[in-house]
Amino acid sequence: MCSQAVGLVAAELERQGIATVAIQLLREVAERVRPPRALFVPFRHGYPLDAPAEPTRQHAVMEAALQLLENEQPRPPVLIDFATSLDGPSHEPVSGTQKVAATI
Amino acid sequence: MGHMSEFSMPVRFFLKAYRWRRIDPVPWTPLQKPLAQCRLALVSSAGFTVPSQEPFDESGRGGDPSFRRIPSETWANVLVSSHRSHSFDHGGMRRDPNLAFPIDRARELAASGRIASVGRHHLSFMGSITAPGRLMGKIAPAAARELVADGVDVAMLVPV
Repeated sequence: MCSQAVGLVAAELERQGIATVAIQLLREVAERVRPPRALFVPFRHGYPLDAPAEPTRQHAVMEAALQLLENEQPRPPVLIDFATSLDGPSHEPVSGTQKVAATI
Repeated sequence: MGHMSEFSMPVRFFLKAYRWRRIDPVPWTPLQKPLAQCRLALVSSAGFTVPSQEPFDESGRGGDPSFRRIPSETWANVLVSSHRSHSFDHGGMRRDPNLAFPIDRARELAASGRIASVGRHHLSFMGSITAPGRLMGKIAPAAARELVADGVDVAMLVPV
């Protein structure tokens, strides 16, 4: 439900001229709801930015989201997999063909 | 990873049968200028409030579509979540609200120059909204108008 809610709010922000990027935790929901720009993260519910009290890991997710804003795609909706480049990912990464790697 | 198998069987059945709202057509605003010149707002659905605010309504059918304005100078460790869902582990965000409302991280992005600034407020929702009609028709447009009035260029949305 949370992924749908942020997707619907993202759509309204875009309609009013604000560029958005929405983190998504369920691929099935992201594909059905279709937020304009979505970063699918390989973390369980409750952990959208990877891990608590881990600023570097949290920044890695945010940086990937910011890069998605910068990499303009011609045909929305855009759904990209997050792939961390940090050592020792705290969660198993997803498989996917298109990935944005955090660079911090 | 986030997966349906995390949920109990009744929740899985509900999600399977649920009529997800499809955004169509998909609106699109291109980034108008470098991020270093952009003002950013967060939108989280983790149900956070500051202690002086009314908690979200956990009792209503269809969910509580209202939102709270979280002043951007707020420190994460004062945020309190009233998210009603029992379908996920709240322990991580209770320990560190930045996990689902990265308000400290956003200030750090501004301090580093990656973005120009953060908005006066970020927005907090509680995401268990199974009946999103009011959210789509009235509340999200009003929330968006507030961010536009504050000069926000980009928003990062974080579900939980």
